[in-house]
Amino acid sequence: MGMTLAEKILVRASGRESVAPDEVVVARVDLAMSHENADLVRKSFLEIGRPHVWDPSKIVIIFDHRVPAESERTATTHQAVREFVAAQGIRHFYDVGRGGICHQVLPENGHVRPGMVLVGTDSHTTTHGAFGAFATGIGATEMAGVWTGGTLWFKVPATLRILVEGEFRPWISAKDLILYIIGRLGAAGADYRAVEFDGAAIRRMTVASRMVLANLSMEMGAKVAFTPVDNTLLDWLRARTPEPLEQVAPDPDARYERVLRIDAGEDIWEPQIACPHAVDHVRPLSALGDVPVHQAVLGSCTNGRLEDLAIAARILSGRKVHPRTRLVVIPASQQIYRDAMRLGYLDTLVAAGGMIAPPGCGPCVGVHQGILAAGEACVSSTNRNFIGRMGSKDSQVYLASPAVVAASAVAGKLEHPAAIVKESEPCLVEA
Amino acid sequence: MSGGSLKLRGAVRAILGDNIDTDIIYPGRYLNITDRELTAEHLFELSYPEIRAAIRPGEFIVARRNFGCGSSREQAAAALKFAGVGAVIAGSFARIFYRNCINLGLPAVIAPDAALACAAGDELELDLAAGEIRNVTQDRAIASARLDPRAVELITAGGLIAYLKRKHAA
Ligand code: SF4
Repeated sequence: MGMTLAEKILVRASGRESVAPDEVVVARVDLAMSHENADLVRKSFLEIGRPHVWDPSKIVIIFDHRVPAESERTATTHQAVREFVAAQGIRHFYDVGRGGICHQVLPENGHVRPGMVLVGTDSHTTTHGAFGAFATGIGATEMAGVWTGGTLWFKVPATLRILVEGEFRPWISAKDLILYIIGRLGAAGADYRAVEFDGAAIRRMTVASRMVLANLSMEMGAKVAFTPVDNTLLDWLRARTPEPLEQVAPDPDARYERVLRIDAGEDIWEPQIACPHAVDHVRPLSALGDVPVHQAVLGSCTNGRLEDLAIAARILSGRKVHPRTRLVVIPASQQIYRDAMRLGYLDTLVAAGGMIAPPGCGPCVGVHQGILAAGEACVSSTNRNFIGRMGSKDSQVYLASPAVVAASAVAGKLEHPAAIVKESEPCLVEA
Repeated sequence: MSGGSLKLRGAVRAILGDNIDTDIIYPGRYLNITDRELTAEHLFELSYPEIRAAIRPGEFIVARRNFGCGSSREQAAAALKFAGVGAVIAGSFARIFYRNCINLGLPAVIAPDAALACAAGDELELDLAAGEIRNVTQDRAIASARLDPRAVELITAGGLIAYLKRKHAA
């Protein structure tokens, strides 16, 4: 009988002949990623009492949530992790100024390959399903167990297949598609499941756009989320790693729990917005009326990539950020920062009145670089709008595409990009 | 950490709704606290500070579906545990949070109707291995899932760290 991609990868990683949904398997882990919370992992690891990690070459640590350190407490945890990394011989360490957001830095530096089992102490580790990896988030103590033995138990997930055909309308992007899907399925709609995205509309997407889908699938509870391993992806990866690459794919006769079909052009007419305070509280933009915004945030592991900065630069070129609004722009990595600088996007955004923050998570997790006051509203290209996520518990976060963030920054309120840039052009730019 | 018991008795401190995310349980601004015991201070800080203030050791938190969704932050489970919560009982749990609870030795019990079948202050008796919840105050049984054997092993060991310590010592 055919297998889904999740089943195939788990069969290989567990050394079994076959697996079925709900079975528990013990799989070897190919890559273990942590960010600042490596300090929690480190503490649990030391408590377990083993002298050495199982394989220092398979551990990657990337500082991103609080860079550069915003407080003495953070500086102290950074310091402790640096010392641990040196003592354990962990070579893949991206310190402040060397990397960016973990989910961008990992693939950008060739660490992720199709068919891998990848765990990270971050819920959005699902992002790496865009590279054909069985990639999922785990807690810090569980990671200490992985650091100790290099294996982890998984319950084999049932798979939800989402087929997207058709053409996107102007200004509609991967972010609108995934918000639309989350709005339909709900915050627990893919709980414990694997998700496989496929279809012509997905295969035409850039790798950056596919990452948006895999990243946000976490917000409907997905354990892992894949987009196709095709030539677009393999070419992207070949430019970043000399390692041999494998073209993994689900079997044609794989068994799915459910198949959802979407026509990008017929089903999604306008930008989708996740309204406060839930990611599945999704409404089409026109249903919202006048919503003034005090801050616009362009960045994060969801939408801080070059194509996102490009579309924002296009919308903000020759225009100004509305007097009522602050625009905070955060390139997802040092590499993207440099590319955006070279291509002039950052200059355009700064000239418009935007402020560039250093590559990292920025205000996404409510620590620094754009915290909201009570009563303020923010339009953000990030992935969570929970109560108090970006500051005051009485602030409001609206999640939207980069194009809507940029258009709203100009208008000072939630706005359709077509109202700012008159001629219609496709939203998916090459990056 | 000492081993945990599979039979618990305590009062329901609070009943919460659907989709209680880990930002609500433990705000992101305190994620640079990496001493587990200290996380308890900030439990439910933004939305339900009164719950944190009132918790007595061994009390239960009851919720509807998808409890613990969102961020993988282990501090959310740690804050509940070190604030003294005896178990979390919910209609369903988000997967990373569920694993975090069990790994820290905090029982997380799936009971689809728990939020409807008890009131704040009710006294409950839990038998985790048997999958039985008894609402002593209302004298009724509440349907619940049995904790799977792997979770039972971790809870009785007192969490994953204690479990692995023992395994590697053996
Ligand atoms: S950008 Fe936001 S969602 Fe992404 S890893 Fe950082 S804090 Fe998490």
